[in-house]
Amino acid sequence: MKKLASALEMVTSTDPGLVRGQNEDAVFADAGLGLAILADGMGGYNAGEVASGMATTLLAANFAQFMATSPMRDAESMQADVMHQRLLAEISAVNMAIFQAAESQPRYAGMGTTLVVACFYDNRMSVAHLGDSRLYRLRGGYFEQLTKDHSLLQEQLDSGMISPEEARYSLNKNLVTRALGVDAVVETEIHDYDVQLDDIFLLCSDGLSDMLDDTEIALTLQALADNLALAAEHLVHMANDNGGRDNISVILVRVRGDYTASRGWWQKLLARLK
Amino acid sequence: MAKMILSMDGLVLKEIQLNKERLTIGRKPHNDIQIDNLAISGEHAVIVTILNDSFLEDMNSTNGTLVNGQPIKKHFLRNNDVVELGKYRLKYMAELQVGAGTPSEYEKSSAIRSSAIRPQDLQLVEHGTRSNVAPAAAAPAPSAMPAAAVQLLNGANAGKELDLTKTLTTLGKPGLQVAVIAKRPHGYFITHVEGLQFPIVNGQALDAQAYRLNDHDVIEIAGIKMEFFLKS
Repeated sequence: MKKLASALEMVTSTDPGLVRGQNEDAVFADAGLGLAILADGMGGYNAGEVASGMATTLLAANFAQFMATSPMRDAESMQADVMHQRLLAEISAVNMAIFQAAESQPRYAGMGTTLVVACFYDNRMSVAHLGDSRLYRLRGGYFEQLTKDHSLLQEQLDSGMISPEEARYSLNKNLVTRALGVDAVVETEIHDYDVQLDDIFLLCSDGLSDMLDDTEIALTLQALADNLALAAEHLVHMANDNGGRDNISVILVRVRGDYTASRGWWQKLLARLK
Repeated sequence: MAKMILSMDGLVLKEIQLNKERLTIGRKPHNDIQIDNLAISGEHAVIVTILNDSFLEDMNSTNGTLVNGQPIKKHFLRNNDVVELGKYRLKYMAELQVGAGTPSEYEKSSAIRSSAIRPQDLQLVEHGTRSNVAPAAAAPAPSAMPAAAVQLLNGANAGKELDLTKTLTTLGKPGLQVAVIAKRPHGYFITHVEGLQFPIVNGQALDAQAYRLNDHDVIEIAGIKMEFFLKS
């Protein structure tokens, strides 16, 4: 785990914005675990906060426990299919926990949350997401959104009903088609990506992506790559300068070193037998 | 709910709630909005409404459909758009106070957010450019900040000016000392990015906090002195 902690730099920043009274976003990042989680809660009163808070704390705790007790011991030697299964199982469990809380307590009725999770292991990254919280990658000057929103607007874009230019002005921005905790079963989207040295990953809530153009985000990450904390802070400032209509949350991850799996003779033997 | 206001020669004739997913406009009586005028085609246009967004489509009418003076085939309606059919005008008024009716379980506190969209912002968007740079309905007010630049005072490039047109301008030598000047609506701010030494402004070393620059401040980064000044 030491390897991960030195290979990854992670910073988080979350801000209620200028309009909302409370912050319904929740963030978690731990370089040692190689785990970054961002959730944007929804639901009346403080239910949104409860849902997003449950999502990040439960996932982080379960994941940490899994890492500590796993026979493979550390994230560096984890295999992709094992990691996928584990992530999906943990997300399903948290989904059920939030769903049951919402069912059993009237004040939490209908609560739910978006989710984006990035899990780093063996010079790779698994990204699982639900809803319109996003993950972007800056690699060698090229800034790209890796997740595709689960939202009505994205569906309209896909069907060609609305152009990307028009979509910026849509009033349907905040309708998500998948979320954690709103149903007993959840269809989590998960993908794997290779990771290169000096990649910068951004996980954010729509409070950031709705207020800022991609080019502004990219410019900030490029200019302030050597000071991630300042970059995160500046992104939040800019979103607030543009109106800060929603809670703004940011997790930045920079790959500073190699974190290949440590393959001992036993793993090598296993790999050969497969 | 959004609505259209039908008028002719400045006289308001009717207010139409966009409460149907598909609302047809034309001369023939089966249309939802019937305009009995020969300049209007039998089936002239249709407005498709999906939750808070409405789209206008011309149904290959003889005399066409204009939005804000431009002929359109299909158009995503925005607040205060003026649709012209012959001598008739339809003004589109977006609903800003959403939250009526039962919000779907997937709706993310849209009541709060939508009411936060102040009408003046939408006005701004309409008058502003439609460039990709303007973020969403949240287009910021055109920055009142005057343009600014830094002029190098020593070194090989002494006398050279660097315009601060970008939202972020980095200064210094990577690996040694870097600072950044951020252009924000209420001023220009300098912040330390990396290096052991912090930028010096008017002889005083800064701390990790952002510092708001004043006209004619002298900045020193990595041994290079430069003057910040506003252009007006």
